[in-house]
This record gives sequence, C-alpha cells and structure tokens, in this order.
Amino acid sequence: MTERFVLAIDQGTTSTRCIVFDHRARLVSVAQREHQQHYPSPGWVEHDAVEIWRNVQRLAPQALAQAGASVSQVAAIGIANQRETTVIWDRTTGVPVGRAVVWQDTRTDALVEELAGDAGRDRFHDLCGLPLTTYFAGPRIRWLLDATSGLRERAERGEVLFGTMETWLVWNLTGGPDGGAHITDVTNASRTMLMDIQTLEWSDELLGGIGVPRAMLPEIRSSAEVYGKATVVLPGVSIGAALGDQQAALFGQTCFSPGEAKCTYGTGSFLLLNTGAEIVRSSHGLLTTVGYKIGDDDAVYALEGAIAITGSLVQWFRDNLGLINSAAEIETLALTVEDNGGCFIVPAFSGLFAPHWRSEARGVIVGLTSYITKGHLARAVLEATGWQTREVVDAMNADSGLALTTLRVDGGMTADNLLMQFVADVLDVPVVRPMALETVSLGAAYAAGLAVGFWPDLEGLRRNWHRAGQWLPNMDAAHRAAEYDSWQRAVERTFGWKKIPGKEPQ
Amino acid sequence: MGKSIQSIERAAAVLRLLAGGPRQLGVVDVAGSLGLAKGTVHGILRTLHHVGFVEQDDATGKYRLGGALLHLGTSYLDVNELRSRAINWADALASRSGEAVRIGSLLDGRALVVHHVFRPDDSLQTGEIGLLLPLHASAIGKVLLAYDPTAAPEAKWSAEAFTQRTLVSPTHLSRALAEIRERGWACEADEMSIGVAGIAAPIRGQGGLVVGSIEVTGSVDRLCDRGRVPKPELVRQVQDAARAVSRELGAQRW
Repeated sequence: MTERFVLAIDQGTTSTRCIVFDHRARLVSVAQREHQQHYPSPGWVEHDAVEIWRNVQRLAPQALAQAGASVSQVAAIGIANQRETTVIWDRTTGVPVGRAVVWQDTRTDALVEELAGDAGRDRFHDLCGLPLTTYFAGPRIRWLLDATSGLRERAERGEVLFGTMETWLVWNLTGGPDGGAHITDVTNASRTMLMDIQTLEWSDELLGGIGVPRAMLPEIRSSAEVYGKATVVLPGVSIGAALGDQQAALFGQTCFSPGEAKCTYGTGSFLLLNTGAEIVRSSHGLLTTVGYKIGDDDAVYALEGAIAITGSLVQWFRDNLGLINSAAEIETLALTVEDNGGCFIVPAFSGLFAPHWRSEARGVIVGLTSYITKGHLARAVLEATGWQTREVVDAMNADSGLALTTLRVDGGMTADNLLMQFVADVLDVPVVRPMALETVSLGAAYAAGLAVGFWPDLEGLRRNWHRAGQWLPNMDAAHRAAEYDSWQRAVERTFGWKKIPGKEPQ
Repeated sequence: MGKSIQSIERAAAVLRLLAGGPRQLGVVDVAGSLGLAKGTVHGILRTLHHVGFVEQDDATGKYRLGGALLHLGTSYLDVNELRSRAINWADALASRSGEAVRIGSLLDGRALVVHHVFRPDDSLQTGEIGLLLPLHASAIGKVLLAYDPTAAPEAKWSAEAFTQRTLVSPTHLSRALAEIRERGWACEADEMSIGVAGIAAPIRGQGGLVVGSIEVTGSVDRLCDRGRVPKPELVRQVQDAARAVSRELGAQRW
C-alpha cells in the first residue's frame, strides 16, 4: 500500500510553514517562508494577504517534494492560523481591498473605547465571551468599513468578503472567485466578537452593536470537516480542518478531556484549558473561547489566559541589557546563583494581560540590594514567566472549578530546563513536554486527518502522544507561598504607574 | 621552531591594529599602516570576517573587531545553547529509534548530561539532565574523550571498573578511542551497568570542533545483536542526528 500523508499549513504571524506528517504523526518535511511585516504608523501592523497566499502556493509543493510524496498521497490538508488578523477582499476579482490588519495592531483603541461607552469593556462579554479590546477581529472590520469610502455599501451588497487567514486560504484553495468556499471555523469565529458563543452562529445583536454587515461574513463550520476539495496547488485534495493556532496547539497536545491544559511558551505565552461542553464565563480576566468542534459533535470550549511578555523578556535581557549573547544563555547565567536573592522583575512593558488587565501598569524590578548580581536578575527574568503562569492557572482553577493536575508545555522556551522545573515548582503540578514540539501544525494535521478518516478517533491520536520530558514539583510549600506573596506584592507596585491624561493616578 | 606561516602573521597584525583603539579602519588604512598591498589586506579581512573575528560597518564599509574574537577566551559552547539547538533533532532521534536520547558535554573530566529525551513508550522515567557520567564507561563520554585534544587518558585518572566489561586498561582504552576516531561513533555495552548499552556520535561546532555528543541509550538486547555489536540502523540514525545538530551549529563538512 502506498504511504499516505497529511499536509498542515501553519499560517503564522511572521512566517508560513507547510509540514508533512506521516500516519504515525511523525514530521516528515517542513518548508517555511517568512512574509513582510508592514508598520505604516505607530501601533499599526499589516500583512499582504496576497503575499501569504503566494507563499502557500510555493511551500506546499516544496514540502511534498522534500517528503518524496505525490499529490495523490496527501489524504487531507489542515490549516492552523494566526488568529484575529483581518482581511477584506473583492469577491469577483479576489483582490484584497487593502492589507490584512494583524492581531497586534492597536488602531482600533479609540473605536473600542467608543463601543464600550458607559456599558464598559464587558458590554458584549456574556454573548461572545470576550472583553472589548483591540485584539479581536470584529472591531477591526468596523474600522476598515468606516475608513474606506463606499466599502460599507459594498459589504452590505456582499461584493466584498471578510475573512481571517484560514478563510482567505480556503477560499483561494477552493477556486477563489471561481466558486471558492467562503467559510470559517468555530475557533476562529469565536475570536471575532461577532459569534454567539452559545449558538455558534453570527449574532444579530453583536453584528448590530459592532456595526458589521452579515453579507460579508463567511459561513461558520466545524474545525474538522471537509470544507471542499482544493482546485489549485494540491488539486483534488480535501481540506479537512481549520483552527486558530493556539486551539490547534491544544488539539496537537491531545488535551481532549475537561481539565487538561497546555501552555505554549513563546514571545508571549498562551495557556488554554479544556472545559468540555461547559461555557465557563471568567470572572478573573480570562477569555472564553471555542477549543474545537469535530464534525457534528458538540463544541468543546476552553478558557484562555494570554501572557503578553515571557520569551520577549529574555530577548529584552539579551538585546537591551546585553547581559547574555543568546536566549539559551539566560539559564547558564541564572545557574551561577542559587536563588533570586530577593529580586523580582514584573514585565508589565505595555500593561498587564491576564488576569490583571491593567493597561496603565508598567514594569518594575524590586528587591534590589547591593547583593544582587546579574545572575539574580537572570533568575528573576525566568521566574517572571513561572509566576505569570501561576497567576493564570490560579484564575483558571477559580473560574472552572477544575484543579489543574498536569501542565503540558510546548514552544521554544521549553528548552530551558531551569524554567520548566521552576514552572513545576510554583504550580505544584508535573510539567510535561511532548515528543513533538510542533504542536500547532500537528493539531491542524490531526483535525484534518480525523475529518477524512486518516486517523479513526481521538483515542488513536492520544496514542501518538509521547512524553519526551517531565519536571516534577520539588519546592517546599512554605517557601513557595512566601515567594508567591513577594511576587504578588511586586505586581502591585506596577499598578497605576502610567498617568492617563485627565485622570488622577489611583 | 619551524617556519612560521606568513598569512597568519599578517592576520595577527591586522587584528592587533584593529585592537589598538576604538576606531574603525578601512582596507586602505590597514594596508597603509602595515605596508601591505590592498588586495592582500582585503583577502585577510574577508577571511577574518568569515570566521567572525572582524565585523564590517554597514554604513561605512570599515572594519572593527568582531564578536567571535571577544568570546575566544571562553569559546566553549554554552550547554544550554547546545540543548536549545539540538532539541528538535534529539526528539526526532528518540521518535525514530524508539529509545531514550542523551546529549553530553565535557565537564571536569566527566560527561555532563545536558539534554535527555525519554524513551517514547510513556513508561515511568526520570529526567537525567545534570547527571555526570564517567568518560570511559559511557558512549557519550567515550566520544568526548576520543576527540578531546587535552585528554591523556592513560595518565589522567584511575579508571573505575563498574562491571567486568568496563575498559580500565590504558592500552584497551587507547585502542578503543582510536577506533572511535576512525569510524566516527562509539558504543558501550554492559560497561557501566549490566544490561544497558549506548551508541554515540560527535556533535561538531564551527570549524569542526567537537562540542558534545549525542547517544541513544537503552537495553543491550534492543541496541545490539548477540555479540554486543550495535545495530547498524541505530548507528546510522545516531550519526544522522549528530550531523543534523552539527549543521545547526554551523559545522560545514560534517
């Protein structure tokens, strides 16, 4: 029998990657290409959606060639994508009306304030599970419709279409102007602020409240089902899955049961907890989101805690302070001392995200004495990631009533042994690293493989998951409590630092 | 002392000149100061640039001392850097071979385990990062010993016998190390603990310097045939992984 494969497209913020997996879920080949970041004015970040589509057209055949596989050996395509990045394009020409507005882009800050009005940031929270921030796609669509003359009218007539990156890619893969499927999946739709988190349909109340015409929106589909067959690039191959990247990582880590959680440690970090069929509305600053939906099965929900600064604090330590030459050396420097010497760093570089959501907070280094060396600072840098994880896990435990028993980790920072041990120590649960660190693309491949029967069921996928490393908690409880207390006092010292014009400091 | 090599002397003079002050120098400045032809100086500077000993200013095209030179005194590869660069390849090796993988680096006459990937069978295993292994009785250790120019095994330590198969005699050990250099991999079977084997290959950094070693480790029955000869397929997988990590670290030919 000829060997068959699944192709994952990981459309990320800085690059697009096509990855081929075999039936045992082993990575066979990778083709990667970066795309340009456009910064037209402060706080604005844009991508050229056409460039990204062109990259996919090049990378997919390249990945197949590297794997020595033909198109007929590809069982399905799965897509994982950067979330909340927004593109609007002309339905008849397929040409975007402008560049895609990226999730990091903060141009909607004034609009978001205006939408919040007297009702506050949680105006739509009950309906969509999200607070009003610059993060999500809905307000971004509204901004684009307001900013471009005549665009709203064209949107109302259905002449232009909206999509996040998976929508854009599926539409192009299935023929574009020539009958392309205009769809999104529930996980991506759950990041627009336009979808009712309960019914999983576009909500008239949200569409009206934010000001987005229904005619431009894609159809909401499951994360794993065949959306159609590709007509170009890999003609005839079924497109079987689409998920937002963090949800794909949750899936790739096989966190299929309520209470299972993963944290992806990168520049920032994202902790997602599977809450099963239950929609948990957070009272501790977490986001309620769809984890995944397989075919006709019920949707599985998740709580998400986003930490803005983790790996980027190490980068700052390297690039701005110049105390290390590479990110990995932070561990070596930290190991020159036995503890943090009483020093704590809270990296509230642009405010604090979950669970505090304090935009006026700014970073602090506290506990400085003449005893402190750069080794202690290195410790404090790593510990900041550990304590921020602890805060998010505490919030999740409080919101969900599920006590986390194990944390599955992935992402570049998992190579830092000292950090992973510290995370286990401060959470007081085992931290486990899987054999395959490419969990985002693996999750997309898994979902697509399920949709076409390449893999039979979730249990089968679980069997592919193997533990590559594990860190067990090894910190005295009293010491943990005392250190956490110090961390929390350090966090308090970041509050109210930036004065907001017209407001007295708190 | 034999005849000295002129181009190295000239390169040293260029470096001394650049080290003489905070300024940056162009090809013409250097050629003028040292009384050399511009073409010669250009060739020397290009070569020094290639190995990272000088850097070129993007705007002016002038040269200054490079970062690699500053780290020459501590030119060992950071072990945490090694782990972070090797992690994907070590995972792939564990996944293909079905065995546990360890990466080692030389530390005070022993092999420090800097990375450890569990055997992918989800059995109970403990992390071994930080463990120190004897050089003469472990596969990763033997590789490090074989390629360490400063090691003189016969004189340096009293080799402890862990089992009857441990190589303790200087003659046997020297012969084993020569063989490792010859074929490019090492094996240990029943030499540290009965029933356990390892197959290791060298990880090379820039310029081909051996900076560590990578091994699969597991039961002798799975890793070797009846005569304690390692399975060729596993040897090949270990060597492939070692080469992949070496390429990642900038070694060109290995």
